[in-house]
Amino acid sequence: MDKILTLKNINKVYGTKIKTQVLFDLNLSFEPGSFNSIIGQSGSGKSTLLNIMGTLDRPTEGIVEIMGKNTVEMSKRDLAELRNKSLGFVFQFHYLLPEFTAMENILLPVMMQNKGVSQEVKKRAEELMEIVGIEKVKNNKANDMSGGQQQRTAIARALMNRPKLILADEPTGNLDSEATDNIYQLLKEINEKYRSTFIVITHDKKIAERTDRVIELRDGKIHLDLLR
Amino acid sequence: MFSLKTAWRFLRSGKGQTILILAGIAIGISVQVFIGLLIQGLQTTLIDTTIGSNSQVTVGTEENYGEIEDWENIVHRINQNVDGIRFISPTLTLPSFISIDDERESTLFRGFDLDRGSEIYKFDQNLVEGSLPEEKGEVIVGIGMRDNLGLILGDSLNLFNFQGQSGDVTVVGFVDFKITMLNDSWIISNLPTAQEVFDRNDTVTAIEIQVERVFDADLIGEEIDLLFGGNYVVTNWKEENQELLSGLRGQDISSIMIQVFVVIAVVLGIASVLAISVIQRSKQIGILKAMGVNDGMARNIFLYQGLILGLLGGILGVSLGLTITYLFTLFATNPDGSPVVAISMNYQFVILSFVIAVVASTSAALIPARRSSRLEPIEVIRNG
Repeated sequence: MDKILTLKNINKVYGTKIKTQVLFDLNLSFEPGSFNSIIGQSGSGKSTLLNIMGTLDRPTEGIVEIMGKNTVEMSKRDLAELRNKSLGFVFQFHYLLPEFTAMENILLPVMMQNKGVSQEVKKRAEELMEIVGIEKVKNNKANDMSGGQQQRTAIARALMNRPKLILADEPTGNLDSEATDNIYQLLKEINEKYRSTFIVITHDKKIAERTDRVIELRDGKIHLDLLR
Repeated sequence: MFSLKTAWRFLRSGKGQTILILAGIAIGISVQVFIGLLIQGLQTTLIDTTIGSNSQVTVGTEENYGEIEDWENIVHRINQNVDGIRFISPTLTLPSFISIDDERESTLFRGFDLDRGSEIYKFDQNLVEGSLPEEKGEVIVGIGMRDNLGLILGDSLNLFNFQGQSGDVTVVGFVDFKITMLNDSWIISNLPTAQEVFDRNDTVTAIEIQVERVFDADLIGEEIDLLFGGNYVVTNWKEENQELLSGLRGQDISSIMIQVFVVIAVVLGIASVLAISVIQRSKQIGILKAMGVNDGMARNIFLYQGLILGLLGGILGVSLGLTITYLFTLFATNPDGSPVVAISMNYQFVILSFVIAVVASTSAALIPARRSSRLEPIEVIRNG
């Protein structure tokens, strides 16, 4: 089967006068439907790598192929469309829009296609809210929810357009251990139910151990690549 | 649609900010509307009192009070060929003297076709005593002269001129022209009376014209001059009232300056509030871009905010401006209850003010919009 995501010879250098290289010649590819984790100490370059995978950042050198398309050569407009249709993001901070309700936040990825929200789309949003367990707060504004509820809303939002690839950067970094467990349980269920590919950054080894593949970065290089 | 909806949400969620900025636009535009209408009202009043009851274009002869014989033909040709004429009135003006008892006064004896002359000089409206001349030999006299000479209705006046011609007329009414010079010296009769007293044939000395648009008087004057190939001397009020004109122009310029600076202040206000708003919402914009909003949509969110603010602020501003104007005419009054400045509604100007509000607000949003368009989602994501 074709790889969902392939990175070829990725280098990332920050700064122009004083250059700091964060990623060194990385080569990685991911199977569709797999659940992957990236671990590593802070400063190891894992967030930079995830941002490059998600086309939010461009590599200094190298090729990022998402579903066979080289994203490095795409226009900003096309990248925005690709992110909207094929990628889902979950960050350490929920980044919900406080101006909108939970329901509307989940619908945002559809609304920004300017297509109008059909009954079917609404039903899907409600289904997602049920899956992540926030149906009780669907009409609350983003700031009127608990941290766990906010993060669950963000997950539902990431899933709204049925993306093939979901990128999560320490999605439970701000949650307590019980909530963390629940969220990972949830991500795993979604992975199994929708066959979406997950790439999750975490510093929690216990969580990493529960994923299909663990990649450890150290100083911008792949230190370990464990396939279960 | 998404950009518009988001713009609306952003405005609604920052209620305090939105209300402040709307108040800013509303006050600015209301001042603009009020000042504009006030100055226009002032100018209309000023023009009306100065030339509203006067000849605005005059066809005469080279020499003062020279005779025009084919005046009926001239009136006919002007009416046929020149657009924008409001009233046209032939007049025979004869400088003369009167003697009553032992007193002598120099006067301006003027014969009119009274119906047409009334359209310009409002004899009928200005008549304070007696009636308009109907028979030959009847005249009406300015109230200044009445008071100076102690005239009463039915008095007989002896008119004479340098050429030694003379004749008698009877006073049948008194008029108040509201202008002292005219009140002191004018004696008005119909044309046949004036022609007969000093043995004139069927001639006049001038054709006086009021035009539809007073500021076109010079153009219409030129047109008439051309029509008669320079055979007559055509004058207009503009060349005779240069000081008034430059006064009006000065007023115009200062009014426009005030309006321009008010609008600039409004634009700067909106631009700075929206610029802050972009910074405040850079997190939201960044995340929207990460989720697939493109640069154009991100830009439009702020342009729409400018547009909405302009539309709402414009409506508020125009309403407020009209209210202030109305209150001004209601409370700033002369002792007789008439407004100090008669302000009339100028729909074109008000609509223009509204359009200015909308265009200014939208263009004020350009810089913040550009910043929003250029914002990279990674900046937000990396910095938390």
